[in-house]
Amino acid sequence: MLISSLGQGLLWAPLAIGVFITFRILDIPDLTTEGSFPFGAAVAVSLMLKGQSAIVASLVGFLAGCLAGLITGILDTKLHIPSLLAGILTMTGLYSINMHIMGKSNVPLLNQKVLTDYLPAGLDLDLQTILLGVIVTGLVVVLLYLMFKTRLGLSLQATGNNKNMSAANGINTDSMIIFGYMISNGFIALSGALIAQSNGYADIGMGIGTIVIGLASVLVGEIFLRSHNILTRLIAMVVGAIVYRLLLTVAMGLGFPPDDLKILSAIILVIVICVPIIQKRIRTKRQLKKYLEQMEEPDNDESTTSEESTKGVLSGD
Amino acid sequence: MTKVLQVKNLQKVFFPGTDNERHVLKNINLQVDDGDFISVIGNNGAGKSTLLNTIAGTLHADAGEINLVSHNVSKKSVAYRSQWMSRVFQDPKMGTAGDLTVMQNLVLAQDHTHTVNLKWYQKKGDVAEYQELLKTLNMGLENFMNTQVKYLSGGQRQALSLLMATLSKPKLLLLDEHTAALDPKTSHEVMKITDRIVKKEHLTTMMITHKMSDALKYGNRLVMVQDGQIKLDVKGAQKDNLDTQQLLAAFEK
Repeated sequence: MLISSLGQGLLWAPLAIGVFITFRILDIPDLTTEGSFPFGAAVAVSLMLKGQSAIVASLVGFLAGCLAGLITGILDTKLHIPSLLAGILTMTGLYSINMHIMGKSNVPLLNQKVLTDYLPAGLDLDLQTILLGVIVTGLVVVLLYLMFKTRLGLSLQATGNNKNMSAANGINTDSMIIFGYMISNGFIALSGALIAQSNGYADIGMGIGTIVIGLASVLVGEIFLRSHNILTRLIAMVVGAIVYRLLLTVAMGLGFPPDDLKILSAIILVIVICVPIIQKRIRTKRQLKKYLEQMEEPDNDESTTSEESTKGVLSGD
Repeated sequence: MTKVLQVKNLQKVFFPGTDNERHVLKNINLQVDDGDFISVIGNNGAGKSTLLNTIAGTLHADAGEINLVSHNVSKKSVAYRSQWMSRVFQDPKMGTAGDLTVMQNLVLAQDHTHTVNLKWYQKKGDVAEYQELLKTLNMGLENFMNTQVKYLSGGQRQALSLLMATLSKPKLLLLDEHTAALDPKTSHEVMKITDRIVKKEHLTTMMITHKMSDALKYGNRLVMVQDGQIKLDVKGAQKDNLDTQQLLAAFEK
């Protein structure tokens, strides 16, 4: 059970990383996710059925996601549609496009070679999945880490943090936002392509709830690893995706039917949003108490200014 | 003398065609020469901030022309104009990226490249160079190179903004009431640092201020904006001879 969640989590990790880029770096809640995830799956599976190799199909799936991100990015920055709505528009449009690509709502792979088949056949499927996940997710993390070390990556971070300041320092903020949307949805679509190959089919409904899965993974990851070092933050996303899978597996093991997975996802998200807020409150209270006890004359001091903000994890502090 | 900025027949109307229509900039003409340090004063709502925002590019003029170092930038973006121009905002939070470190903020301000750049942003040697610069601010910032800027005080943040704005050696420096959000002591210090850097780097500067004393004390030129027009524009000895009384009298006119 642990082994299979580990493998699945690693395949879902690019989704968490994609959501992290828009949600944390750009500070945008991007709902394109729900469309780009099945988009990647549909493109990859269709290409494989047409005889393309799994590697080419997965890469094209990634590019398809970038294209979806490009659309949302243009809607957001050039047409000034609020980002939440821009994402919903692309996601809705992608439903039709995914249907056209697949031709029907569920397309199974037949005997095509999937990515895990390129790995040594001696390993069993779970180990193959883990190995594939480590390779792909490792590549994504390394590439992103290197990107964030360049001036381009710094500009991307600055744009998400302070748009006015970035523009005043010569950064073309619209391009940066579009670029962020593109790589984010590219990784989300890549995750879709991997999951489709792992499941053996692409399904029109497989995108439903992916934004909740992505956000929950981001937040779970941040509960375990909090830092402003970008490498740690990226690794936290991978950890988040794996732990989240584990939580779902545990829930399934308790006897919940698969249909209840979506509501479980939603409940998990609510919990992981609340946990850090409560953690913070308890920590602040404890520190305050300690601080006040240390004071020699606690009554003539105006140290009641420690009203720690409880704006919570979603505000991105 | 070379012109750094030339503003011709600038017009700006807010909410045209509604009951709230306001003609904020009324045919403004202004020429800024190389080496000018201009204090811009005026009542609230006189249009001085609108003028500065239109020059910076955050607002676009409805009519007229803005020439920056012989480039017509009237329709260009803030990022494009930043090749020749830097700005310090009133709010210390506006001029810096809070989640990024002091070092990262300085790197961003170093060159206003305006292009995609795939070079590593952190180079050896830069750190020491930046630390030297930060030392000149006398705020102890050199010890916080890897601290996120959001943990700095308002005064430290504003001094950093100022240093950042001058790093790229801009042809024109815009200061938008950059000491207004600080306490009197810090405000005084930031103003002194401003004067020192402007003189040292020979920066052409436009500074909006609400403080008469600062407007009189600093700079070689004083521009008063009233009701969307330039009411007073004095320079050199003429400006030196002005005092607060005369200035207040000019406000009444």
